[in-house]
Amino acid sequence: MQLHTVQTSVHATASTALPTAPLRDPAAPGRLGLLLLCIVVLWPLMVWAEFKPWLLFDERSMRATGRFLSDFVPPRHDAEFLRLMLAETWRTVAIATVGLTLAFVVAVPLALLSTARLSISALTGRMAAGPYVLRQATRWVAIVLRSVPELVWALIFVRVVGLGPTSGVIAIGIAYGGMLGKVYAEILESGDPSTTQALLRNGAGRLQAFLFGTLPQCSTELVSYTVYRWECAIRSSVVLGFVGAGGLGQQLDNASKMFAGAEASSILLIFMLLVGLADRLSAWLRKELG
Amino acid sequence: MNILARARCKACWFSAGVLVLIVASFWSLDLKWGEFLAPDAMRKMARFMASFFPPETSPAFLAKTWSALLETLAMSALGTLLAAILGLLLALPAAKVHAGDPARTKPLARLLLNALRSVPELVWAALLLIAAGLGPFPGTLALALHTAGVLGRLFAESIENAAPGPAHALRVRGVGELRVFLYATLPQIWPQVISYTLYRWENNIRAAAVLGVVGAGGLGQMLSFHLALFQMNETSTVLIGMVLLVVAVDALSFLSRRLLNR
Repeated sequence: MQLHTVQTSVHATASTALPTAPLRDPAAPGRLGLLLLCIVVLWPLMVWAEFKPWLLFDERSMRATGRFLSDFVPPRHDAEFLRLMLAETWRTVAIATVGLTLAFVVAVPLALLSTARLSISALTGRMAAGPYVLRQATRWVAIVLRSVPELVWALIFVRVVGLGPTSGVIAIGIAYGGMLGKVYAEILESGDPSTTQALLRNGAGRLQAFLFGTLPQCSTELVSYTVYRWECAIRSSVVLGFVGAGGLGQQLDNASKMFAGAEASSILLIFMLLVGLADRLSAWLRKELG
Repeated sequence: MNILARARCKACWFSAGVLVLIVASFWSLDLKWGEFLAPDAMRKMARFMASFFPPETSPAFLAKTWSALLETLAMSALGTLLAAILGLLLALPAAKVHAGDPARTKPLARLLLNALRSVPELVWAALLLIAAGLGPFPGTLALALHTAGVLGRLFAESIENAAPGPAHALRVRGVGELRVFLYATLPQIWPQVISYTLYRWENNIRAAAVLGVVGAGGLGQMLSFHLALFQMNETSTVLIGMVLLVVAVDALSFLSRRLLNR
């Protein structure tokens, strides 16, 4: 008898714990309130950003879009156009490569000057005031170079040197130079300091200590970061084409301004292929070298 | 020894390849170094740089720059939010949700995400100008499309890496897939969703600042407008606003990381 009641009570609790009909979400009021709050916060943002989705369905823009998109298939693929595209693709890659080479030239001195790892005064207590100020100043130079986006650098240099790849190359060189310089310095500081410090303590020069103490530890990381940035530079180089630096971007800009859908879709496809290829190559290189 | 030799060889092949690429690039581009480094160009450059000073500081223009800055911020925030929603919607078909899931839509959804991701924001903006006209709206959409590709892939990976227990418990009781996702998987990946989204927002503020160069609103549009008219003092104010925005975002993100990691 006793046993029987225990059993029924177990059944009872089991059936309340696992009801057949799904319960209502207990947190529903809170979630709804949060959603409401989000909408209240979002409203001014939508006004500032002139967020008007119905403009997309306006008859005139629909017609233009429709014509542009219907032109997308088939992409333009005659031999002459493809030859031009091949040349422009190479131009894009070349701008990225030359730009990154310049960036490397800018970044190496920035990194060497700003890394605290090569400080001799820091070996015994705190870094001396002069070198500290110099290192911080170099770091700030790198940050400023990096803070202005490469597109803005390109816009400015297009005014100085005119249209063509030179402005794109310089823009990538400056913006990526700052970026690489800052990250190189950080990578150099992330490794184990003991080798470098031992070399410096025993009278090695800074450059020697760097070449034989710091660099061997960090070289794979430095190379893999540089390869990754090369991949980013290819993407940037396409974007820089839009302000007149040449390459695929400029072609795409022309095509979209002339509503030439077939050309635009062809360029987009080539571009996706290029980015995918660079992505694969850089991943493979980083794996092989890492 | 053999391994060392092979590693060395790999490194020298790599260096040779890089060297060839660099030389070929320098050789094939018609770079105008002469024009850039000639004393005449230097003088021109110096005059050009000097024309940026002083920045325009009339209250009316500052107010205009401020509203463009707000527009940039609004574009980036809305674009990122839309991207997060679109990314979540695309992440579900792009993920193998559980071991028995045939995931038929996965290759197609991944292809779509890759396509969205590989086209930069600026290129999307240039294409969207046709559909949405000039102004911040195509910029917002462009940010949303590119970022949706990035976030969708990250979210799909989070979904696949979520612990399967809670979802399985609901699934065996016959709860539908949507509710399994909402009540078992989503709460688990929520912290990741938030942190990826915030990270992309940070990137998007920087991207939104320059998007306008093709006519898609914000500070960039003001910049290219005044630069095209050679109104250098105005340009310089806009540039300062842009750099301040980027630096402020960097500093905020650095500070918040430091606070959260303490």
